[in-house]
Amino acid sequence: MSTTATSTKQPFGIVAEFDSASDLYHAAEKVRDAGFKRWDVHTPFPIHGMDQAMGMKKSWLSAVVLCGGVTGFVTALILQFFTQVNLYPTIVQGKPTNLNTVPAFFPVTFELTILFSAFSVLFGLLIFILLPRWNHPLFESSLFKKFSDDGFMLVIESKDPKFRAENTQEFLESIGAKTTEVVDG
Amino acid sequence: MANGTTDHAVHPSEAEGVAREPLVLNNRSYSWITERICGIVENRQPLGWWFLFVPSAMLACLLVGTLVYLVSTGVGVWGNNQPVAWGWAIVNFVFWIGIGHAGTLISAILFLTRQKWRTSVNRAAEAMTLFAVVCAGIYPGFHVGRFWMVWFLAPVPNSNAIWQNFKSPLLWDVFAVSTYFTVSVIFWYIGLIPDLATLRDRAKTKVRKMAYGFFALGWRGGNRQWQHYEMAYLLLAALSTPLVLSVHSVVSFDFATSVIPGWHTTIFPPYFVAGAIFGGFAMVLTLMLPCRLIYGLQDMFTLKHIDNMAKIILLTGTIVGYAYIMELFISWYGANKFESDAFFLRILNGPYAKYYYCMFFCNVIAPQIFWFQWARHNLWVVFIVANFVNAGMWFERFVIIPTSISVDFLPGQWGIYHPSITEKLMFCGTFGLFMTLFLLFLRFLPVIAIAEVKGVLPQADPHFPDWQKIKEGRRQQRASEAG
Repeated sequence: MSTTATSTKQPFGIVAEFDSASDLYHAAEKVRDAGFKRWDVHTPFPIHGMDQAMGMKKSWLSAVVLCGGVTGFVTALILQFFTQVNLYPTIVQGKPTNLNTVPAFFPVTFELTILFSAFSVLFGLLIFILLPRWNHPLFESSLFKKFSDDGFMLVIESKDPKFRAENTQEFLESIGAKTTEVVDG
Repeated sequence: MANGTTDHAVHPSEAEGVAREPLVLNNRSYSWITERICGIVENRQPLGWWFLFVPSAMLACLLVGTLVYLVSTGVGVWGNNQPVAWGWAIVNFVFWIGIGHAGTLISAILFLTRQKWRTSVNRAAEAMTLFAVVCAGIYPGFHVGRFWMVWFLAPVPNSNAIWQNFKSPLLWDVFAVSTYFTVSVIFWYIGLIPDLATLRDRAKTKVRKMAYGFFALGWRGGNRQWQHYEMAYLLLAALSTPLVLSVHSVVSFDFATSVIPGWHTTIFPPYFVAGAIFGGFAMVLTLMLPCRLIYGLQDMFTLKHIDNMAKIILLTGTIVGYAYIMELFISWYGANKFESDAFFLRILNGPYAKYYYCMFFCNVIAPQIFWFQWARHNLWVVFIVANFVNAGMWFERFVIIPTSISVDFLPGQWGIYHPSITEKLMFCGTFGLFMTLFLLFLRFLPVIAIAEVKGVLPQADPHFPDWQKIKEGRRQQRASEAG
């Protein structure tokens, strides 16, 4: 990659480090009110109330999990009744498969409902948070690395319509950023 | 309090007089927590680790040896036969699966009930759960006789076109235990992702960076990730709560749905679940008390945690004691000749009566010392009682299983069961496997959930400076009033 290519390239965005969870929380409120859209805060742990401070809505992962649970429930019913009624009825100790013996099918139905729900939590989560993604411009920033220890980071991406390299950096410093760094794209 | 109504502006945890004991002692910082927990994984292991690991690994090899002997010779090397077809194999299966209940209880039920102290213990307890379920799974797998036919348990079409009997509690068990293991792995792994990212960012060598980086999936800790992550965690907790209650209920159905006197009782599911939580917490304490000392985790795993866990042991132990007494009462009150005889033989005249008293002492009487705070705060007392409970829960399963089938309806079919040496060595071997896996977990993964512990520090609250200001203001006001 030549130097000219990198210099004309749009940076990924600006990383700003804040002192504490509280500072970051108040900064996030200001960034939200300034009308930015493509930005995020990166923290070592989830900060209580940050969703509201960033103006985010509820996570709809629960809807995915409901679908997963229903799939598990239906799968269990089909697995048990289709095999027991149509494919190969097993009558042990004179117990046929009919409405009177339905309670005997509850445990497997319950377990498969939970199993499918749990898998939909895992895969739904990975799809919602767009992981795995092992390579990301932010990993090139040495400042950003602190997020997993004790750093409270705010990142505004250059793709944000309100992003202006100079102004945004000044704006971040005016709302209390301790250090800022431009990250290459 | 002096200044009446203004006190409502004070956060409850900051109000004086009702201040709660902090969950992390000595005002530790975020980076101290990272350093202390990641240090365990990054530095050389203390000598104590090797002293435990070498014998554990040898015992685990013994397990492999006994299993090879078992498969190459046949299940006849075990002591079980008619009428006691379920010997130590099933006793140990229920014992291990019971131990595996504390982990999910801590992760799920204590999460839903907002018990923040769980953050210091949940990771180790979940790991313990997985390893206990691995040990448990070995027994029914080999108890089927022909291990290579174990896939018949899975609902897949086979050449005889026979499907499983879905009305059988043994098949319910297959579904319950395998679902429990899978969901516990998912729960554990999702909890690990942010901590693996911490280890990745601290890694010095390429191998570590690759290994932790791979499993961290590229976690960036953005709030747009945390938002879904927290929802995922909540959903898994909500799913695991009924699951953990169902698993040992289903295990108890193996017994309760049969007609054997001593097994055929409706009290079994709640009694088994309480017993499992009881035994699981005892095992968590047995593992974590030495671990806390060896790795210097006293500031995160405090006396408060031990106190809480001792209280849970007291509560569940008392529930178990109630169940024991209720079983005896019903066997008399139910006026079923076989039932009352089964219990008469179990506690007075039977071949295994002495085990009943061991069980009763270890599970019901020993934990009663936890009514006293000094006992809950004395680590030796806690450790010894926890081990009584570990032993007591094993005796409980032994009392339930062989005693009931060795002396059932007709004296003509009675028979005594003694474990063979292979069974005994195999049981020691599962302890070796369990400890080996746990020690490797300590060596390679963060034993305490780093991100979660940071989240319960007072400074993690975004309104922390406001509470500080209010508190300071009140202090000055009081000082000026006094002065």
